[in-house]
Amino acid sequence: MSTATHDTTREAPAEPTTPIGKAADYLDQRTTIGVLVKEFARKVFPDHWSFMLGEIALFSFVVLIASGFFLTMFFEPSMALTTYEGEHPANMHGQLMSVAFSSTLEMSFEVRGGLLMRQIHHWAALIFMASIVVHMMRVFFTGAFRKPRELNWIVGIILMILGLGAGFTGYSLPDDVLSGNGLRITDGVIKSIPLIGSPLSYFVFGGEFPGHHIVPRLFTLHIFVIPGILLALIALHLFLMVLQKHTQYPGGGRTDKNVVGYPAAPVYVAKMTGNFFIVAGVLTLMGATMSINNVWNYGPFDPSPVSAGAQPDWYMLFLEGSLRLMPGQGTEWVIGGFTLPLNVLVPAVVIPGILFTFLIVYPFLEARVTGDKREHHVLDRPRNKPVRTGLGVGFLAAFIILALAGSNDLIATHFGLSINSITWVFRILIFVGPVFAYYITKRICLGLQRKDRELVLHGHESGRIVRFANGEYIEVHTPLDEQERWLRVNYEAPAPLTIAPKTDARGVKRKGYASDKRWQGLSRFFYEDRVSPVTPAEVEAAHSHGEHDQLDGSERQAVEAGAGTTSREH
Amino acid sequence: MRWHRFMTEKLKHSQRDEDIFVKALAARRHHRLAPVVLLLLALLTTGGVYAALAPSTANAETVSTADIETGKKLFQANCATCHGANAQGTDGVPSLVGVGAAAVDFQVSTGRMPMQMSGPQARAKPAQFDEEQTAALAGYVASLGAGPAIPTDEQVDATQGDPSNGMALFRTNCAMCHNAVGAGGALSEGKFAPALWETSERNIYQAMQTGPQSMPVFNDANITPDEKRDIISFLVEQREGSAGGNALGALGPVSEGLWAFAIGLGLLIGAAVWIGAKSS
Amino acid sequence: MSENQNPPADTSHEVTVAPEAGTAVGPAERFTDPGIPEHKHRMTDTDPRAAKRAERTVTFLFVLSVLGTIGSIVAYVMVPPDGTTSGVRLSTLLLGLGLAVSLLGIGIAGIHWAKALMGDREMVQERHPLASSDETRAEAVKDLNDGLEDSGVVGRRGVLKGAFFGALALFPLAIAVPLIGSVGGDWNISKFKHTMWKQGMRLAIDPSGRPIKASDVTVGSVFHVVPETTEEFRETHEWITEKSKAVVLMVRLNPEDLRTDQSPEGETWSHEGIVAYSKICTHVGCPVALYEQQTHHLLCPCHQSTFDIADSAKVVFGPANRRLPQLPITVDSDGYLVAQDDFAEPIGPSFWERLK
Repeated sequence: MSTATHDTTREAPAEPTTPIGKAADYLDQRTTIGVLVKEFARKVFPDHWSFMLGEIALFSFVVLIASGFFLTMFFEPSMALTTYEGEHPANMHGQLMSVAFSSTLEMSFEVRGGLLMRQIHHWAALIFMASIVVHMMRVFFTGAFRKPRELNWIVGIILMILGLGAGFTGYSLPDDVLSGNGLRITDGVIKSIPLIGSPLSYFVFGGEFPGHHIVPRLFTLHIFVIPGILLALIALHLFLMVLQKHTQYPGGGRTDKNVVGYPAAPVYVAKMTGNFFIVAGVLTLMGATMSINNVWNYGPFDPSPVSAGAQPDWYMLFLEGSLRLMPGQGTEWVIGGFTLPLNVLVPAVVIPGILFTFLIVYPFLEARVTGDKREHHVLDRPRNKPVRTGLGVGFLAAFIILALAGSNDLIATHFGLSINSITWVFRILIFVGPVFAYYITKRICLGLQRKDRELVLHGHESGRIVRFANGEYIEVHTPLDEQERWLRVNYEAPAPLTIAPKTDARGVKRKGYASDKRWQGLSRFFYEDRVSPVTPAEVEAAHSHGEHDQLDGSERQAVEAGAGTTSREH
Repeated sequence: MRWHRFMTEKLKHSQRDEDIFVKALAARRHHRLAPVVLLLLALLTTGGVYAALAPSTANAETVSTADIETGKKLFQANCATCHGANAQGTDGVPSLVGVGAAAVDFQVSTGRMPMQMSGPQARAKPAQFDEEQTAALAGYVASLGAGPAIPTDEQVDATQGDPSNGMALFRTNCAMCHNAVGAGGALSEGKFAPALWETSERNIYQAMQTGPQSMPVFNDANITPDEKRDIISFLVEQREGSAGGNALGALGPVSEGLWAFAIGLGLLIGAAVWIGAKSS
Repeated sequence: MSENQNPPADTSHEVTVAPEAGTAVGPAERFTDPGIPEHKHRMTDTDPRAAKRAERTVTFLFVLSVLGTIGSIVAYVMVPPDGTTSGVRLSTLLLGLGLAVSLLGIGIAGIHWAKALMGDREMVQERHPLASSDETRAEAVKDLNDGLEDSGVVGRRGVLKGAFFGALALFPLAIAVPLIGSVGGDWNISKFKHTMWKQGMRLAIDPSGRPIKASDVTVGSVFHVVPETTEEFRETHEWITEKSKAVVLMVRLNPEDLRTDQSPEGETWSHEGIVAYSKICTHVGCPVALYEQQTHHLLCPCHQSTFDIADSAKVVFGPANRRLPQLPITVDSDGYLVAQDDFAEPIGPSFWERLK
């Protein structure tokens, strides 16, 4: 047995001389880090501004952690009562309040940078949720949730829900009247749940509302449980993204089998680091100049006062709106002596349930109706998936209508309208609006697709008019260059599913036909109206008559057969 | 002679100038902005003529304070059509007997009365009467029946009030309509509680005393005179603005969310577009 | 254009994708990928002066950042918040601006550097199919099977398996039960049905605690009311919890305007036009506090439930379903307003056992 200390089958590497070289060698001998460096140092990332929306969310989260740490140095999550002896703010002097509230006041008025950090933290929370929603819509509209990224989509939805929870627990910590009334509403919603509602209310508050346990419990959730899960899921989200490589927009040279972009080092490291500092800088600027959540104006929580303009932070407004819109007439049922308040359950449990269910199941639904099991790494232009884009806009319309409904009293005061009329308008709009938005969006997408077809077939209008000897006038079109054309033809317009026939060769009905038929029906809803990409043959045909835009006989048939319901007006 | 020629020359020049001027105008008579210019001229003319000829809305008489006779005349001219010749009220219009000088001073000095437009509630607008006339009206109505008097300057002196107690009272009794710091809020059916940023100390007091329109009455047993002063002190202190920067209207989370999107996300998406754009 | 192929058509009853209808099979049936667009040179690539300018800009921005950092530290030391509104505002502004400049300086410098000076040729890397190779899969399956065989539970060891899963499934209960059980306080949900109001308890003004005489309540006024208690009690937690059920709104109407109230047959729960209703909304529990004197409507600011005080506080608009419970009041021998009894039904939002 050889007792040599070196593996003699490998050549000994040259001894490093520089400090960095020595450090790298030290590390590599203990961690095989060379493999990681080789893999990641020049890893290619596609470049587009819309890919940075997720980064805004990530970097806001970092700012939340940093500013949040500062806050935990001063905030005391206790509901023990104390009298505020501080001179400022003057309107709080001598008032009885919880220690949580008084520590918030001291942090704001006596600690240097305390108010700045509080405001940065709160603005960062609002931007965190806003950028998550915008990022999610980008992923939705470009179809980035398709295989292999369905799991990452689900992780993202969970991140969004956790973000809602983080925001809610966070703004309830100072124990002020505004967030306290929000907790009261939450208690009302919990109590409305059948069977378990009342004990659940006791569970959450450690007794009757408000008790003296809720703030410390929310504190634990807010700084430990939720951020812990968030960090783990963010790591998973990013890991999956790196493993599967980022998607890319369609264009020359970009296929489902490659990634085209810039290398991690130095370009992406620089851009991402730069973006982080810009996000942090903008949030700091907002925290320094724009006042937010001045809890001393609401006062410490007391169950008697309430302020006009009683709303939660923006990302909860959709819940607020659905609570405001639900009519109370006839919506509380008594069954066998037990009370079922549907006027609370429907807006607070059923409506968000519907919204989140739509988001969660959508990738799987779309895959099923498309019958598509391939990996997709090239994104869709939203116009090329009209029904998906329409559904997304309809969903957004519902979300925005609900958020506006939650702000109905501010709309009333600012536009001089009756709050009752506004509520009625939104009651109708919440049903009509999303459908209308879906329909308009779908038609716009189909229109844009047709415009693209026209452009490929006939080129850009150059503005030059040519008169032929026989007196005919035409406008000269300049054909698209290769890249422009490729962008407009590089997509697929799937047809609705075809299914195996109802009976087999011997006339025996097969199982599963009914279910297949339903899926086919849904698939038709998605893909019946479609505009196919232009083929070379069609361009040939369009050009065979010079600049004339006429097709005759056989060419027209070829086009129409492949183009579904495309109509070509001239 | 020279003068004559000079003037003729001048006339000719001016005629020529006029010709040129007229021709220039005529040439542009079909200009597409011509109707706009004409409309503007017409509006200015009409407005100017109206301003010059319209009757003044108030009788400009100098009166001594609390001249009840004057007040009565003003009342007959401006208020009796709705409130009745003896302020006893008519159908749908309240009686003013017993509302007191404070109510009149509040309504008239904020311009709510005389009410000019029907709507969910009377709106504050520039006061139609000056201080002396208002005092005269108040004196007259007060003479019809005992009611709350106009508070003294000391009663409404914000520096003598306790803003901390004022806040405790305001948030229980007032914030639900007027918002936590008095930025205003919505009531039902198009009514609203106005913002209090510019309301005078005296009018804050008087509003509490008299309960205008939808606002309930907060008599001295409910909110004592000292407590009323504390509330005034609180409201005046709020006018210093926010310790955190721009108060964004002090309207709460909805406006904060709006600005987060408009400014925050706007700037950050702008930055993202810049980062992702190909450099020239 | 994707080069992935659809999996071969399955003859079982699984649905299949139809090939693109109408697309003729043949050469050039679709356009082909023109490849990556030509690289366009930036000014900083072609013009050395532009590159130098960019370099100077980046350097300047980094220096600006340093100045921002120094500025914020100077502000920290020299502009402490004096507690006043303007003082805190100034301190917040200066600290924040310094920090913002120091952060934005680095950020903008980094981006400008990346965009103007770093190499901007697009690179291409291959993607590999995500599924492991068949070989790897086969080996993985074999390894798992081997492990299972080695575990000694292949075959019918039903009792062992049952006990194994049973123990694993049940042990969390040993943690969960004490945790959940202790977190809910005394679990006495029947407390929801009662408040601290009792017969003879005086009505007091919130927050000062002064008792109220009937003669103080003039027509058109609204009083925010709590039960009369000691000042010591008002400085405890229990008070806040009790108050959150006991708060009451009291108004005086002209007796002829008071159409109905909730007094049962033979009882009078109001006093000469003075009525008292629970202030906790029956929708989800906000304080219903916006009393509109002229319409006698009580509006809740949270979700706009509206109650008609002149008509038993019944709901006239909004998501609430039930009227506000009425506090039966009367006057004691000194003329102070007192409660006759607790509310006749649980106040506030509905819950499952509300009517039981």
